[in-house]
Amino acid sequence: MQEFFQQLANGIAWGSIYALIALGYTMVYGILRLINFAHGDVYMVGAFAAYFLARALGVGTVSSASPLMAALVLLGSMIIAAALGVLIELFAYRPVRKSSRLTALITAIGVSLFLENAGILLFGADPKFFPQVIAPRTIQLWGGVLVTNHQITVVLVSLVLMVGLTLFIQRTRTGKAMRAVAFNRDAASLMGIPVDRIITITFAIGSALAAAAGFLVGLTNPKIEPLMGIMPGIKAFVAAVLGGIGSIPGAMIGGLLMGISEYMVVGYVSSTYRDAIAFVILIVVLLIRPAGLLGRNVTEKV
Amino acid sequence: MRKVVGPLLAIAIVWGIDWAASRALNPYIYRVLVLCSINVMLALSLNLVNGITGQFSIGHAGFMAVGAYASAAYTVYAVPLMFGAHYASSGWLTAAAFVLAILVGGLVSAVAGFLVGLPSMRLRGDYLAIVTLGFGEIIRVAILNIDAVGGARGFAGIPQVTTLAWVLGGAWLTYAVIRNIMRSYHGRALLAIREDEIAAEALGVPTTRYKVTAFVIGAFFAGMAGALFSHYTYLHTNSFTFMKSIEVVIMVVLGGMGSLTGSILGAVLLTALPELLRFASELRLVIYSLLLIVLMIARPQGILGRRELSFRRSRARSAPTPTIAA
Amino acid sequence: MIRIRRIVLPLLALAAFASLTGCAKREAEIKVGEYGSLTGGTATFGASSKNGIELFVDNLNAQGGIGGMKVHVLVEDDQSKPEEAATAVNKLIAQDGVVAVLGEVASSRSLAAAPICQNAGVPMISPSSTNPKVTEIGDGIFRVCYIDPFQGMVIAKFAKNTLHFSKGAIFRDNKNDYSVGLANYFTESYRGMGGTIVSDEAYSEGDQDFKAQLTVIKSKKPEFIFVPGYYTEVGLIARQARELGITVPMLGGDGWVSDRLLEIAQDALNGSYFVNHYWEKDPNPTVQTFVQNYVKRYNSTPDGLAALAYDAAGVLTNAMKELQQKDPKAFGTLSGPPNADQKAARGKLRELIAATRDYPGVTGRITLDEHRNAVKPAVFLGIEKGAYTFVATVEP
Repeated sequence: MQEFFQQLANGIAWGSIYALIALGYTMVYGILRLINFAHGDVYMVGAFAAYFLARALGVGTVSSASPLMAALVLLGSMIIAAALGVLIELFAYRPVRKSSRLTALITAIGVSLFLENAGILLFGADPKFFPQVIAPRTIQLWGGVLVTNHQITVVLVSLVLMVGLTLFIQRTRTGKAMRAVAFNRDAASLMGIPVDRIITITFAIGSALAAAAGFLVGLTNPKIEPLMGIMPGIKAFVAAVLGGIGSIPGAMIGGLLMGISEYMVVGYVSSTYRDAIAFVILIVVLLIRPAGLLGRNVTEKV
Repeated sequence: MRKVVGPLLAIAIVWGIDWAASRALNPYIYRVLVLCSINVMLALSLNLVNGITGQFSIGHAGFMAVGAYASAAYTVYAVPLMFGAHYASSGWLTAAAFVLAILVGGLVSAVAGFLVGLPSMRLRGDYLAIVTLGFGEIIRVAILNIDAVGGARGFAGIPQVTTLAWVLGGAWLTYAVIRNIMRSYHGRALLAIREDEIAAEALGVPTTRYKVTAFVIGAFFAGMAGALFSHYTYLHTNSFTFMKSIEVVIMVVLGGMGSLTGSILGAVLLTALPELLRFASELRLVIYSLLLIVLMIARPQGILGRRELSFRRSRARSAPTPTIAA
Repeated sequence: MIRIRRIVLPLLALAAFASLTGCAKREAEIKVGEYGSLTGGTATFGASSKNGIELFVDNLNAQGGIGGMKVHVLVEDDQSKPEEAATAVNKLIAQDGVVAVLGEVASSRSLAAAPICQNAGVPMISPSSTNPKVTEIGDGIFRVCYIDPFQGMVIAKFAKNTLHFSKGAIFRDNKNDYSVGLANYFTESYRGMGGTIVSDEAYSEGDQDFKAQLTVIKSKKPEFIFVPGYYTEVGLIARQARELGITVPMLGGDGWVSDRLLEIAQDALNGSYFVNHYWEKDPNPTVQTFVQNYVKRYNSTPDGLAALAYDAAGVLTNAMKELQQKDPKAFGTLSGPPNADQKAARGKLRELIAATRDYPGVTGRITLDEHRNAVKPAVFLGIEKGAYTFVATVEP
């Protein structure tokens, strides 16, 4: 039983990361119907931004670690990634917004490849050690389950960000405008909503969340490299689809489900099939619920 | 009469090109041409699914992998039993075994295409895309875990019999079959599904059957391409990553969705481009990705759009080009 | 309707431009090709190998090259894909006319490229492909690293006879041919000595999170964990193992060595052991010059791949030097026009590489056996207080 709870605890921590990345996918998809393939790479850039910020601020060793500095690094990397997201939207996606969705998708893939290869060129391909901005500690929970303070930070920070995002979307004028644009872009535009600005804000928020995920991964698994975004990017996208793409609570649930099921597969099935089972689960869920767990099943208009 | 002369002429031309190319060109260019032709097969077969039927598939490398490994396993394990251990000393037997291997690759892949096509009954658009993506990944993980085909160490001992003639022939066949489908009654049905699935259904087109058929035919040719590939270079799962699927999608979109000559052009261009960019060394893939973005912004409909390229000015055989909300 | 001309002409222009830029001809130099993964999943390894070769060759050229001729290394990227490796090598041989080829790290890519080198009569030395099949391709394919069976056996012996462990767990990189090969041969040897493997789990190259597998391993209570992977993941694995309360030592192969290993793992690897080719504090001047020059130039200590690439370049140029001394005429025709003389000269170069005996490399005294594999001692290093310590040398 101890083993089960150990797997569950780690699965939740890992799933929170997927959930944070999945949020960015789902927000952009909800508004533009675009699978933003570069999102996983924005997450990578976020991790590198945090890496350079922490080194510039001189927090790297255990002795200089402090929660305040950590928060500063987190905020800084989120701002940098948000700026990157806005730039990508402006220079790559906006010019093809009126084109077919596949064109936009290929553009997104181009941006993704660009970020990966520019990352190899700029940062070097070798893995970097992410500075310990919070001193690591292992904590024993009930029944011998071991977690680290980093994992608890991951879960708490993602929880705060997700609740914040939900409140933002439900309670603020901008959030309302985002929902309106997602529902029907043309109608929203006719109602006087500045669609372009809302799209920009969406990209900024989604990218900032990805950067937060990048920071948190660096904290728990202190190894970052230019290609670190590919697999988590794909998995997080799958998580977003699993939850029902376009749905924010769906992305959270999808991410957690993905993390936990990966752990359970390794624990009780086979570690060699870890990456495959995620997709098997996805396909099964989609066959039962074609629009994902929380997705709206839009009836087609004739 | 034409039915016999045509293929015979094609075979003669293809062998002639190979004969000339292997003498006139250096092995590097020859190799790039072979890879170009394999990519042409992939792009054409994906175009049938993506461009013509409008079903979004991003798992084409998975079909290629199935074909590659199935045909390789057939060649390595079954052929010595069927033809005797020393079949390789006879050119005719080798060729016959290879034809069978290509067919095995295509057929096994077609079965996979049927299985992947089935969810298209229920799933649309991006959801279907994710199923195809998942299929590609599952296939790769599965192959990594099968020891008989080498797993992570790669599949060694496959005779390298693919030449330019074989792949040109394969590309020719793929083009001919898909072009004939497009011009036929069935092709119109596929186009109708792309334009408006509900309207097609309402007009009595059995949409599910056509969609699954498109997947099966697309997978068949991708499997053949995989078979040709596995008998050309060392076989390893790293050749069939998600990025390979994406590359094929790029070829189709870049050439122009639904345009067959566009797919050919896209495949040739995208195979040659990284080679032409080799002089840029480290900057190669950065330039490649930037070019991709610029091309998509400059020509969002792809190079040819929906038009076809032709040597003859007068015979325009473009598909109908209504505007649709994608 | 679009006419062919509108599309074909610009393409031809682009092709002509590209071929012109590639034609800067230089005299009095000897061209050596290198192919490696400068991009893609294993870009780190390609970069390290490139550094090692670059360091050796620049040093050689600074000392006057080979008989007054400079060695010029042409590097091509294979994007970490086997078919690209074959294309890159084809280009190096057919287009650039290289005399010999150095590369790859991954055995699958060496296996893709080796037949092309073999058919063209161009010798190829792989710095770090450990799959026995690589050199079986033909008499022109060599390597300077250990092969999997040897290393697997050495580690199994060390675990069983030196450390007296009889219950081990394996944690392998299921996507990496090196890791899978080493794990398989280790299992075979260790079982043969009477040891048991209580758990065999897998991860994938580039993974960030290993706690699920480690939790399973922990529940099987092994006495040690054998992690035959690369440093890129091992540091994190060790760290996460300690966080889960796994205290047993870890064992590894020559993929471990790098600065990053200890930087990422910090204290987590204390008490663990791995195989390497040398010890960085070895007073041997070859090792010291290499490590110091490398640190000076690249600002980090070399990993095992850089050291092996350095030696691959060393073994190759050493044979070229011998050819130049013994048969200057043949040496002169090496990079000449493709004719019978050139073919004979390359054959001689191949024989001289095959005859390598006791080459004083960084990774040990390298002797190539009749299967063109390097025979050299293995060095066991331990990790104590975040630093490498010398444990033992095992002769082949």
